[in-house]
Amino acid sequence: MEILFAIIIGVLYAAGIYMILRRSLVKLIIGIILLGNGANLLIFLLGRITEGAPPIIPEESKVFLEAYADPVPQALILTAIVISFGLQSFAIILVKRAHKVVKTDDLDEMNATDEDS
Amino acid sequence: MLTAILLGFLFALFLVFAGKYFKGRLAVVSALIPLSLFIYFASFIPRIASGEVVTSNYEWVPSFGVNLGFSLDGLSLLFSLMITGIGFLVYVYTSSYLKNHQYLDRFYAYLSVFMGAMLGLVLSDNIISMFVFWELTSISSFFLIGFNNTSEASRKSALTALGITGFGGFSLLAGALLLGSMTGTYSIIEMMTMKEALAGHEFYILAVIFIFGAAFTKSAQFPFHFWLPGAMKAPTPVSTYLHSATMVKAGVYLLMRFTPVLGDTNFWNTTLIVVGAITMLYSAVHTLFRTDLKGVLAYSTISALGILVFLIGLGSQGAFLAAAVFIIVHALYKATLFLVTGIIDHQAGTRNVTVLAGLRKVMMPVAVAGFLAAISSAGIPPSIGFLGKELTYEASTHSTGMVILIVAAIVLTKILLLYAGFVAGIKPFTGKLPEKFTKVTMPGPLMWVPPLLLAILGIVFGIFPSLIESSLVKPVVTALGKDASDIHLALWHGFNTVLILSIITIAVGILLYFILKPSEKLENRIGKLEPVSPESILNKLTYFFGVFSKFWTNVFQNGYLRNYVTTIVLFLVILVGYIFIGNSRLVIDHTKLSQITAYELAVTIILIAGVFYTVFTRSRIGAVAAMGVVGLAICLLFVFYSAPDLAMTQFSIDTLTVILFVLVLYRLPKYLVLSDYKMRIRDGILSLTFGGLISLLALQVLAEPVNSDVGDFYAKNAYIMAHGKNVVNVILVDFRGTDTLIEISVLAIAAIGVYGLLKLRVKSSDRPN
Repeated sequence: MEILFAIIIGVLYAAGIYMILRRSLVKLIIGIILLGNGANLLIFLLGRITEGAPPIIPEESKVFLEAYADPVPQALILTAIVISFGLQSFAIILVKRAHKVVKTDDLDEMNATDEDS
Repeated sequence: MLTAILLGFLFALFLVFAGKYFKGRLAVVSALIPLSLFIYFASFIPRIASGEVVTSNYEWVPSFGVNLGFSLDGLSLLFSLMITGIGFLVYVYTSSYLKNHQYLDRFYAYLSVFMGAMLGLVLSDNIISMFVFWELTSISSFFLIGFNNTSEASRKSALTALGITGFGGFSLLAGALLLGSMTGTYSIIEMMTMKEALAGHEFYILAVIFIFGAAFTKSAQFPFHFWLPGAMKAPTPVSTYLHSATMVKAGVYLLMRFTPVLGDTNFWNTTLIVVGAITMLYSAVHTLFRTDLKGVLAYSTISALGILVFLIGLGSQGAFLAAAVFIIVHALYKATLFLVTGIIDHQAGTRNVTVLAGLRKVMMPVAVAGFLAAISSAGIPPSIGFLGKELTYEASTHSTGMVILIVAAIVLTKILLLYAGFVAGIKPFTGKLPEKFTKVTMPGPLMWVPPLLLAILGIVFGIFPSLIESSLVKPVVTALGKDASDIHLALWHGFNTVLILSIITIAVGILLYFILKPSEKLENRIGKLEPVSPESILNKLTYFFGVFSKFWTNVFQNGYLRNYVTTIVLFLVILVGYIFIGNSRLVIDHTKLSQITAYELAVTIILIAGVFYTVFTRSRIGAVAAMGVVGLAICLLFVFYSAPDLAMTQFSIDTLTVILFVLVLYRLPKYLVLSDYKMRIRDGILSLTFGGLISLLALQVLAEPVNSDVGDFYAKNAYIMAHGKNVVNVILVDFRGTDTLIEISVLAIAAIGVYGLLKLRVKSSDRPN
């Protein structure tokens, strides 16, 4: 399964970069989201994946009795998902505003400040 | 001693608040500061003359070995007395020269900071604190040179001076750190005990080069000399102070200070002799072609500095003696000539030597000062200049190797300097007074007394050299590490080679003065050499640097996001790819990998299909929906692989994102295809390479052992310490609770931003057309 994971991550990264390289604003946001998902999975994979052993201490015990998945990457990814949501929502609204104000969807036309244009 | 050094800085600070009271008549009162410092340092003369070295140490950054360590020996004392003594006269002179100037208080503040920095520099025993004061002199001199800040030329030359001396400052810092690591101490006194070890050290040459870099830039040695004539744009009192006694002598001081540490080697001596000789001849010749009085003085100053460097290079007891005397000689006559020039400029309104004449008729005391200074500069008895010249000749005739060449160079320089001194000190006062200068008046005594005093001192010291012999000169030679007990200064040395050389110098020099008249024609002639001068070369270099930077900026900072991303990704691919190909040993241990089940494969296929649909669809809503599918597929992967919390979070966030997208979708721009086919292929190849590289990297990392100590710690202590059974949650809300709090704040800020953007009303006038 690790190999499949690696392929998924590669696909997500490639798609993310490709979308970021487009000139359309909406594609830029989608690219960032895909790239973020790829990064999360990468951390998840590198922390070693374990099947069927969530890091939750059994009801009757105080410590783990058997193998468990590493909780640290999970904590990191959880934080990352939440933060990326903050970024995404802000970006979506910002794009909406920018589009409304400057009336263009082409990133190339947004690269100058008002004075220069 | 620390108080003495800080006094200048404190006074400057005081002027910031009380400056307005010091602009008028009170200005002259500020001269009490250098005067009291002069008296303070003069009180050390008996102790220093008896061979004592006064030290004081204040801890500053003891963990780095950086202390405010000060030591006062003969060398420091001579410089301190010059700095405060000439400083006092300059303070007095300025109060009249810049009378009622709008920024007189500011001027005094700069001057005081400069004086304090110079004192700190010559008294520091710790090289790091010496560096700090060294930089302070550069910075304060920048303000002094650029004091007429409304003139562009003035600002430019201040910047040049700062650039050149700042470069020297870097060099000094590098040298200081290198010496510090070579000897394990930053104290110069302690370094002196390791002289032998230093000379044999593998970095010896490098350390010397750094020290030279600092000294040559500060003391305007060829090819760094050009900032000094430019610095003449400063008000004349500044030129006087900086160029006769202080700033430019700092480099000479540095060389002298390090002579007992790094000197006496072939490299040290030869370099100094060669650089000094080139500088003194080059700029002495230049004086012939100047018509501006200050230009003449600037080049003769550089020449004098060249002589000093040259003498330090000779390295004998006689040479050090000559250098010590010549420093005093030069400070006295050059300060006088500058002050006289300032008076002429102030009263007659011009410094052009071709029109100035006959001014003795209107300002006799100034003429006397100029005449005496010119005598001293020419080395005509009974001035102290004669003594200095004799000692210089004596040292050069006793040099080892190439005596003829060395003597010829120094004699030629002295002849040309005699000419320069006469042009500046005598020429403006002799001859017939032109019509337009008849109305020129005497300046106030605050202006003419200082130069006259200095000029008379030059003669008094010449007649009674014993005044300075054991008090000032001998301790300097001792400080430079030579035995000074057999030194005896006297005007008359008997009839010998040196005297013959002296007579030749004076005769030829005076002849030259009568034959060669400064003229614009000559000045223009040397102007033709301008394109190959070091200054023009540097200017061209800076110009090309600017062009290059602009080109560089335009290429890389072009304002197109995708170009930035392309550059970053491409660089990463090449760098990582190169390392990867070189070191790859991709071994996948199949036994360690988990099995692929049918449902996992199905999820993977859905996920990849979703990604492809997102990328290639032309419908926005389709893309957003496909992205949602991708998110949910990832969510399932988390479920399979023991991350229930992640799955829940991913699920809710993914849903929220899709909802948000759809909500604003109708207002969002169309899902345009803006790039052409070729560009998409290019970007596709780049992205695929990058993605592939990341996949390979991930597999490579999996082959490495993993360290799960941190995870184990949390798992073990989750219940025991934090009483929670879901370890991921415990980490987030307990062990790393503060991080989570900050994360929540970030989200709150994002929410405020979103709210603000939604509520923002853009006025029609703010919209670009």
